[in-house]
Amino acid sequence: VKRIVRFREIWLLLANVALLALVGMRFPDFVRPGNLVQVFNDTSLLIMLALGQMAVIVSRSLDLSMASNLCFSGMAVAMLNATHPDVPIGVLIAVAIAVGLALGALNGLVIWLLSVPPIVVTLGTLAIYRGATYVLSGGAWVNADQMSPAFIGFQRVNVLGLPVLSWIGIIVVAMFALLMRWTPFGRSIYAVGVNPTAALYAGIDVARTKFFVFCISGAVSGLVGYLWISRYVIASVEVASGYELTVIAACLLGGVSIAGGVGSVAGAVLGALFLGIIADALPVIHVSPFWQMAISGIAIIVAVALNLRSERRPGRVILKRVEQA
Amino acid sequence: MRERWVDRGPIPDRLHETAWRKLMRWEMLLAAIAVTVFLLNSAASPYFLDPWALSDLTFTFTEKGLIALPMALLIVSGEFDLSVAAIVAFASTLMGMAAQLGTSTPLVVAIGVGVGIACGVGNGLLVAYSRLPSIVATIGTMSLFRGAAFIILGDQAYDKYPASLAYFGQGYVVSVVSFELVLFIVAAFAFGFVLHFTSFGRRIFAIGANPIAAHYSGVDVERIKFQLFCLTGLMSGVAAVLITSRLGSTRPSIAQGYELDVITMVVLGGVSIQGGAGSIPGVVLAACIMGLVTFGLGLLNIPSPVMSIIVGAMLIVVIALPLVWRRVLLKRLG
Repeated sequence: VKRIVRFREIWLLLANVALLALVGMRFPDFVRPGNLVQVFNDTSLLIMLALGQMAVIVSRSLDLSMASNLCFSGMAVAMLNATHPDVPIGVLIAVAIAVGLALGALNGLVIWLLSVPPIVVTLGTLAIYRGATYVLSGGAWVNADQMSPAFIGFQRVNVLGLPVLSWIGIIVVAMFALLMRWTPFGRSIYAVGVNPTAALYAGIDVARTKFFVFCISGAVSGLVGYLWISRYVIASVEVASGYELTVIAACLLGGVSIAGGVGSVAGAVLGALFLGIIADALPVIHVSPFWQMAISGIAIIVAVALNLRSERRPGRVILKRVEQA
Repeated sequence: MRERWVDRGPIPDRLHETAWRKLMRWEMLLAAIAVTVFLLNSAASPYFLDPWALSDLTFTFTEKGLIALPMALLIVSGEFDLSVAAIVAFASTLMGMAAQLGTSTPLVVAIGVGVGIACGVGNGLLVAYSRLPSIVATIGTMSLFRGAAFIILGDQAYDKYPASLAYFGQGYVVSVVSFELVLFIVAAFAFGFVLHFTSFGRRIFAIGANPIAAHYSGVDVERIKFQLFCLTGLMSGVAAVLITSRLGSTRPSIAQGYELDVITMVVLGGVSIQGGAGSIPGVVLAACIMGLVTFGLGLLNIPSPVMSIIVGAMLIVVIALPLVWRRVLLKRLG
């Protein structure tokens, strides 16, 4: 299995490089280091969300509420900033993460205590959190001129050649790499996804693991909520509407199996980067941005079809032979 | 107890149901909720109990309901189609394109329905024969179909439709009974008949309960799944005709987010998200409840984001209640 996983990530990396080369051939400016940094910076938000979603999908669940959670937490800190401009940026980030974590924990609690399927719960909270944003803000927007300079400027500060946003992205990637690979909790996420019954017999509390996974995806959504608002400098009820499916698409491109148990940090990052490169390259090659959706759709289908061929379980094959005999 | 089973002769194809269990079925709960919401609505707003208001109410769920019917069959069989709203957008866009060229109404309708079927065939090929997981495949085709609508239309809109097209989404068959409502009722009976009274329907349940067992029992799992995706595409095409006709214009963002509303209806209607269980009457009732709630709240001037809180909470509570209830019962017994 490990060999296949590594194999898949290499293919994905090659696909990303090929994509860059293709654009670079016609427009060399696009592949200058400075622009590549820009592409990474633009994609950081998607990368972080994709990592949170990856953990959820690996545990054989689905979080449809991430974009709504992001919208709510972003609105919460934007309003806090608008009414109390003197609150330091560190506190605002902590508040954003805490709000996101609380909403994620709410998802997790319903799944844990009431054992409602995650897809149903998050389908519900998808609507609830966005509605709650409306209640919180009264339908009003928070505009750029209501936000403090620090609120907007923090992620744009250049540290060692990279904007803070990129650094946050890198730190989150590193944390997920550590979490998923080197901690017992990370391994138990995979165990729960591969075979919940076996995980139970191995002494893993399946429902509790899922609860914590949803806390993680919630915390990530909260963090991205602040970063999103300060990046696009507008907080409204419509923020990131429909983005949950883009995040899932990035995971699927990255070889995360919707059946659970399969997925890696590298895969999710590369999947998100693939979508990010397309998004940034289209205007450069003078293709209408309206093509982006269709292209990512085709990419998902192709990627998943390719993944599936390498993923066929031996058990299936044996059954097939019996049929044919 | 044992005696009665022997006396009956052949083994029954379903378990014996007591009258109490029949009464306590999911549909009864839904019907009770529907009646409650109806009464609350009529108490809350003096404008609710007006034939025309009630007629307007039906428009809030007929289009989504028409897609929810085949979606219920699909979810019972253990599959998903997230691309339905994108199919509506794509079909509506091509309808608009044809209408700009001066195509006659019957042909425009045929294009809408035909595009729906073609998209369904595409989904079916991917899921049933290429064996992609349906959530994944239809997230992909969702982007593809809506992306195609965006490529064709960009930020433009089609709004020149033949006048006679308006009948489908705005016409009335008899006084306050709209064409959409009649179509929905007819479709509901047809789908209910197919799912509950034909061998095709029994096979759908068999596939959802255990696809491998169904396969070894001689059910052509792939073909039935393929047909279900085609059917979902067809009904999405029909919904596209209705929505286009009702709005009289097409933007690429048409029917945005409908897929989640449709799935909410189906799940609320008692169809198991894991497949293998569900009923059409339940889905029809759930569609009515969603319509009643949104319309009733609309009469009270409650903004739509707040409505979505209520619909979302309703979904979770209605699904959770029986699960919690069963657990309480088990605890009392054990």
